[in-house]
Amino acid sequence: MIRGLALAALAFVAAPAAAETVAIVNAHIFTMGPAGEIARGTILIRDDRIAAVGPDVAVPADARKIDAGGRIVTPGLIATGTGLGALEVRSVEAANDRAARMPGISAAFDVGDGLDPDALPIPIARLGGITRAIDTPLYDDRGGPDQLFAGQAAAVTLAGPDMLMRRGVAMVLEAGEGGAARAGGARGAEIAALRAILDAVRAIGHGGAAPGDSFGLSHADLQALVPVVDGRMPLMVTVHRASDIKEMLAFAEEQHLRLILEGASEAWRVADAIARARVPVVLIPVRNIPASFAQLGATLENARRLQAAGVTVAFEGNGNTRERELRYNAGNAVAVGLPWRDGLAAITINPARIFGIADRVGSLEPGKDADLVIWSGDPLDTLGRADAIFIRGRAQPMVSRQTLLRDRYLPLILHPQAQGGPTK
Amino acid sequence: MRWALGFAAALASALASALAAAQPVPRGLVADPDPFPSTYSPAPSVPTAIVGAHILTGTGADIPEGTILMRGGRIEAVGAGLAVPAGYRAIDGHGRWVTPGIIDAHSHIGAEAAPTTSVSDQANEDTSPNTAEVWVEHSIWPQDPQFRLARAGGVTTLMILPGSDNLFGGRTITLRNVPATTVQAMKFPGAPYGLKMACGENPIQTYGSHGRAPATRMAEVAGYRRAWIAAAEYRRRWQKWRGGGERGDPPARDLQLETLAGVLDGKILVHNHCYRSDEMAVMIDIANEFGFRITAFHHALEAYKIAPLLAREGICVATWASSWGSKMEALDAVEENAAMIDAAGGCAVIKSDDPILGQRLNQEAGIAMTAGRRAGIDISEGRAIRWITLNAAHMLGIDRETGSLEPGKRADVALWSADPFSVYALADTVWLDGAPIWDRRDPSDRQPSDFLLGEPGQEQAR
Repeated sequence: MIRGLALAALAFVAAPAAAETVAIVNAHIFTMGPAGEIARGTILIRDDRIAAVGPDVAVPADARKIDAGGRIVTPGLIATGTGLGALEVRSVEAANDRAARMPGISAAFDVGDGLDPDALPIPIARLGGITRAIDTPLYDDRGGPDQLFAGQAAAVTLAGPDMLMRRGVAMVLEAGEGGAARAGGARGAEIAALRAILDAVRAIGHGGAAPGDSFGLSHADLQALVPVVDGRMPLMVTVHRASDIKEMLAFAEEQHLRLILEGASEAWRVADAIARARVPVVLIPVRNIPASFAQLGATLENARRLQAAGVTVAFEGNGNTRERELRYNAGNAVAVGLPWRDGLAAITINPARIFGIADRVGSLEPGKDADLVIWSGDPLDTLGRADAIFIRGRAQPMVSRQTLLRDRYLPLILHPQAQGGPTK
Repeated sequence: MRWALGFAAALASALASALAAAQPVPRGLVADPDPFPSTYSPAPSVPTAIVGAHILTGTGADIPEGTILMRGGRIEAVGAGLAVPAGYRAIDGHGRWVTPGIIDAHSHIGAEAAPTTSVSDQANEDTSPNTAEVWVEHSIWPQDPQFRLARAGGVTTLMILPGSDNLFGGRTITLRNVPATTVQAMKFPGAPYGLKMACGENPIQTYGSHGRAPATRMAEVAGYRRAWIAAAEYRRRWQKWRGGGERGDPPARDLQLETLAGVLDGKILVHNHCYRSDEMAVMIDIANEFGFRITAFHHALEAYKIAPLLAREGICVATWASSWGSKMEALDAVEENAAMIDAAGGCAVIKSDDPILGQRLNQEAGIAMTAGRRAGIDISEGRAIRWITLNAAHMLGIDRETGSLEPGKRADVALWSADPFSVYALADTVWLDGAPIWDRRDPSDRQPSDFLLGEPGQEQAR
């Protein structure tokens, strides 16, 4: 059975296979949807959608059958806070579109523009089981931390050619310690500026002119913030200190904003308040370093405690070219007490809900996009690997530039006496 | 009379110089091999037995159900079916795993301490491309909370290096991972010093972008060679003085050249940050030109391209499985680097260079092992554990003392809740010289460092 699947996977090496009817049978399915866990079941894929999921799905005669051999099948993973498609090499400016520095382009910057589905990091992240991502803009602070908003996040698909899935899934802002630096040095100054800016946004949103100062924000920036004050676009705020989180909860309530907390090292200390406000939290569970005075309470148990308090939690990978570590981050949260299924939810259905793409992805349900992964073992474990990856019903090539490099050099090591190699 | 006076003066002068020769050289004008001696002493320990655990000894052996005896701070015996002598504290290891204490062969904690402040990067003396005269131990803050986090990850020994901004960054130091109020109390007794060198983009970014040398890789190579020529001359001056019975004034001491001369003497080990295969090959030629050895290439993401060469030269490769792509020289990484070095008969080491990864080197080794197996490289757990234990000890020059569970060695031991290569494995108990330094269930081991004392949230395990 394993050999059969390996051969099937080989057939996809050249290019993503065309959509068709595929039945993945004999699978241990974690649907992350209403059907829950199916110990032994079938997923029927028709073209780019899931047609059926369950223990007793009839397999049409024309379906290509893939026997999962009892292995685990999950929805494709969703990484939050990435630069996939916006970045080739971090240190090479020409290959990094995740941050911009232009007067008058702050909130107006949309990371969903200028995406490259051929970017090198994409296949490498995809081999970690990641099929969709929430790309977030970063600040360009080379001239000092003077931009208030980083810009707008976008949901992307890790299979070309049309990579942009949904733009404007969140407006990204730094508050607390980092936000203070963006507002001349004090937290209170940033809150005051935000209050005035949102007033101006409401004014232009109602067809008026912006009243007075807009603190360096252009008309384009203010316009970009209209969906935020309207509650159509969530405001994702990077903030760590417990007291700063509480202030941001109060500010969002006062301003009627939809809030997402990001980073949130000390969120566990105010978990009940976050749960009451029904605000989701996006975090990196392995970040337990007291890296700043706002993060002295950082702990590996942050995710577990938030989840126990009833907060919806999503996880990030380890940044830029280290997105494939997303699933290990979830595993590390599970290792210190987060229930396993909540760990998987934090990289599938939870980010889909938080960023408003759960109508398409995040769980294995009829009608949703057929994004799924067949795993050799436990998807959250360092000992498990992705065996097959489908995005919108298409089997993805199980190769990256890294596997090509490996395959070029490995024979020289395993069979040193054999002639050949790249430089013969 | 005049003649007599002259004779007397000459005699006095000869006497004076004879006296001078007989007088010792004032302290500090001749190198003391150990001016900052270790004051580390093992904590008291009781004879301890871990019974019935799955033991990976670090020598390659894999004992599915074995017992390990520790006594007097040393490993007493390891094997299947060992009887527990009377008076030993017996720990039930059934269902759990035992490995040697983890050795992180590339860390900056203490020197790049948490929290980050404008003065917390104490690892890069980026004021000159050659700062071989600095010793990173003088930048280490023992209260850095990150030491405790590493203990919870099973790390018993670490090498702290200066940063990679300079061609010659300074001396490394190898530490025992114990709570301490002075760095001397952490120093691994007898561990050799290392010299941090760096190839490639970092020195170019640090200096070239400010209009200083090196701005190119060719200027980097010129910079290394210029320094080694000066070191060879310096060493010869001292050899001459010593060979001549140490008569007369010694040559002037130079801390920068003293460290380089220590490398030429074979007493200081070269730890060379270098990513690309072509750069590593050039560094090997430089070492041959001046007659020294490179102990290890660090990061070395392209080591797999020249794995047979590195194995022949006996140079260790301290690398990652997952990190890649932050810069051009890090583009050609493969997850299987360690496994390919190992398969070529080389010395593979997995290290952190990162305080978060340094808490889970066992997982990183697991990723590297799993990727290697997937590529068709046959690696046992017993072999892969060496990447974070015995091979690292070998690279640091401390493999006679630690790195494997062999009778007589220091009892540096980690007891894991599960397969240590799995993401779910937690270090239940960690021993250093037979004394527990971390117990997941003992709140006293969660005591924060002085810095975090009284700060919020410190009741957490980590």
